Amino acid sequence: MKLNEIKEILAAEVVCGDGLLGREVTSAFACDMMSDVLAFAKADSVLLTGLVNPQTIRTALMLDMQAVVFVRAKKLTEEVIALAKESGIAVLSTDYRMFETCGKLYAKGLKGSGEIDG
Amino acid sequence: MAEVVRFHFDVDGNNFTMAGQASVEVKKSLRQLGISPETIRRVSVAMYEGEINMVIHAGGGTADVLVYENFIEIILADEGPGISNLELAMQEGFSTAPDNVRSLGFGAGMGLPNMKRYTDSMDIETALGKGTKITMRVNF
Repeated sequence: MKLNEIKEILAAEVVCGDGLLGREVTSAFACDMMSDVLAFAKADSVLLTGLVNPQTIRTALMLDMQAVVFVRAKKLTEEVIALAKESGIAVLSTDYRMFETCGKLYAKGLKGSGEIDG
Repeated sequence: MAEVVRFHFDVDGNNFTMAGQASVEVKKSLRQLGISPETIRRVSVAMYEGEINMVIHAGGGTADVLVYENFIEIILADEGPGISNLELAMQEGFSTAPDNVRSLGFGAGMGLPNMKRYTDSMDIETALGKGTKITMRVNF
């Protein structure tokens, strides 16, 4: 699924990475616990989270994830946005809560990290 | 076996905001060396967990990444409290991290297990009251 499509489905605001929305993600991982993200998330995926701090972005970067979607209309600090820009990670923000965000994307065919190979 | 390139970092134990930045720098440098993305991913995740651990538990330390012809070695050394029960510490879900660390997204008891999962070998030397040295290898 392309990031553009995710943006539309979630009526999301693009915080940074406008030019990256043509990228394709193969799966999603939804979690606020970064150690679990590090254990289970796949490369070329999107992270759905409500945890806003620099470690969220660094975690996504370490795993070669393409984008982070912040749920529950979280406000981001300048520091987090600057780090995302520098890291080449697209950041979206949606008003939907976590369950709604996951459900909407899953219903449109985006797979979970446990459902794909690699 | 001569090492090809070495990176050294001092990890600040008093600045959680910066925790993980050394791993970000290593990732960039390994990309410039033309190492494969999957190898870089494994090195980055293992080092990142270790770096966060040093900040949470040990008041910081040092991180060295040595690139050899066929493998990458990550050496994390601190002068923190040491690990009192290594067997317990290796169990998924076991954590001694304070609650404020959980609010930052860590402290789930996945740090050491993740480091083992992403590397080909991991050796831990630890002494109570003296510190811990972890040596990990990722082959490629």
